[in-house]
Amino acid sequence: MHKRAISLENMSETTGLIAEDEPLLAQALQAELGRAWPGLRIVASVGDGASAVAQALALRPDVLFFDIRMPGQSGLEAAAALADEWPQDAPFPALVFVTAYDQYAVQAFETQAVDYLLKPVQAARLQKTVAKVQEALARRAQDGNHFEATLDQLRHLLGAAGAAPSGAGAALPLKVIQASVGSSIRMVPVGEVLYFEAADKYVRVLTAGHEYLIRTPLKELLPQLDAQSFWQVHRGTVVRADGIESVLRDEAGKLSLVLRGRTERLPVSRLYAHLFKAM
Amino acid sequence: MRIDWISKLRHALQVWAFALTITAILYAFQPERPYAPQVVYSLLISTITWAIIDLGRDWFPSAAETGWPQGLGGFGLVAGGIVAGYLAGTWIADQLCVYYGFYPPGAPKHDPNQLRTSILVTALAGIVIVYYFYSTNKGAYLQRKMVEARQHANEARLKLLETQLEPHMLFNTLANLRALIGTDAVRAQQMLDHMISYLRATLNASRGTTHTLAAEFDRLRDYLELMAVRMGPRLAYTLDLPADLAAQQVPTLLLQPLVENSIQHGLEPKVEGGSITVSARREGTQLVLQVSDTGVGPSGAPASGKGFGLAQVRERLQTLYDTEGAIEFIATEGRGACTSVRFPLKT
Repeated sequence: MHKRAISLENMSETTGLIAEDEPLLAQALQAELGRAWPGLRIVASVGDGASAVAQALALRPDVLFFDIRMPGQSGLEAAAALADEWPQDAPFPALVFVTAYDQYAVQAFETQAVDYLLKPVQAARLQKTVAKVQEALARRAQDGNHFEATLDQLRHLLGAAGAAPSGAGAALPLKVIQASVGSSIRMVPVGEVLYFEAADKYVRVLTAGHEYLIRTPLKELLPQLDAQSFWQVHRGTVVRADGIESVLRDEAGKLSLVLRGRTERLPVSRLYAHLFKAM
Repeated sequence: MRIDWISKLRHALQVWAFALTITAILYAFQPERPYAPQVVYSLLISTITWAIIDLGRDWFPSAAETGWPQGLGGFGLVAGGIVAGYLAGTWIADQLCVYYGFYPPGAPKHDPNQLRTSILVTALAGIVIVYYFYSTNKGAYLQRKMVEARQHANEARLKLLETQLEPHMLFNTLANLRALIGTDAVRAQQMLDHMISYLRATLNASRGTTHTLAAEFDRLRDYLELMAVRMGPRLAYTLDLPADLAAQQVPTLLLQPLVENSIQHGLEPKVEGGSITVSARREGTQLVLQVSDTGVGPSGAPASGKGFGLAQVRERLQTLYDTEGAIEFIATEGRGACTSVRFPLKT
């Protein structure tokens, strides 16, 4: 008993954030957490992915509880966006995903970096999660690999979530992009495309000399592209690998790409930085 | 191509049995002719004909599904098989009979009368046995098709049930209930009551039955109440049913998939939420039911998911009202979606 009291004492500074779009469930989770982890202070409770990212960046909590299905941005997407924008000097928070149903293959969560909770959240299961998070936070103080492991797992989860709907329909790779230009349709060979960039409701298709707009979302386009030649380097950017001229690293450690025949620099998300390592 | 040798052997045995029967009958009518050569001829002709037709039909690409080549190919194969079987079988049998001395001294005689009879018998027997195989084959094929169709229907029913009892909806609702029990038992009870009627209606809903429009609206209210508890201030709804239409008979839970679409693809993806309006009105001799929302519009519809609800309603309208039923779906980017269903009023 004595030992436990001390460990809770040490944890008393811990802060948390809840992102859950159903108000009753957010309240319930907060109440359950109050019982299971008295030392945790919930600094914000938000109802959508974008607010979750903004609030997490502003308040820098130690633990995040993200519902997976939220309006605007899903919990997974929000976590990926957060990983991108998280400042290099601060330790990345411990992540716990909350979901009503294991459509994201719950076994994908069965590793150390990220935990998950199934709704309805039950006290005994929550207690386990709390212990796991406390352990992760204690480890995080000494060991820098936590962030890498989280990135690795997020990448895995996002891949799993993206690959599911296409399933058996994984057709042959796309050969031409059909982009409407005025009243005509321009056939752009995929081999000429340097990169795709998501822009609001459109996807920009950029070749060495031209730019086209298509309506197919990047999420649907990606499974149709040959994964060997087109790499996702950011949430909203897919680049043709052999069109990359060089990879630059700035003082803060962020990577950006320079493409053959184009002047702009494309930022590389931390989630995909592992693609660019010297051989 | 995979050949089922057991069934081919079964066919061969049937052919032989048939050939021997015919030989026995012929012998009974013409006891003066020697029996042994007739058996040799008949077995050889039938074996070769069987081999050409039964093994040959698998080589036709058009036989892949039914087991028999379609069109001229089928007739050609049968005719070719019978002619070739007759010629080759007769020739080999001649050699065998001479070699083993089945005939009395002197060369085998094919007198013109005999020749005509054996050609006729071969042709008739060939056609009869081919027809026999063809019809059993066709029977089996139709049976297979029927099983497939039944399976298809079952799958569709299962899919319908799965979308209606979507696990995400179910577990989130239960999670809300669990939360309410601790904080507001009265509201929890009300929510449970709505859930019970929603589940009962969903599980009972068999296609092709009807209930009153008032009952239809009550079921929609159950579902919307559940969703209102879950979404809190993000969902507002209006149900507008004129009193004189309340007793109209409508197909059970016809509007349910449309309201679900509005929630799932219209309001749930929208951060600030919005409202749903379900209304009924009379237009001439037609009843018009309308589900509209202020959700995100077409962009909330995933390329694959949205279709099922709409397709299901369209299919039901078509079976029930043929061309007199209509469904119309209009979605405006950022300004929500509106689905109208119309079919004849019952007077």
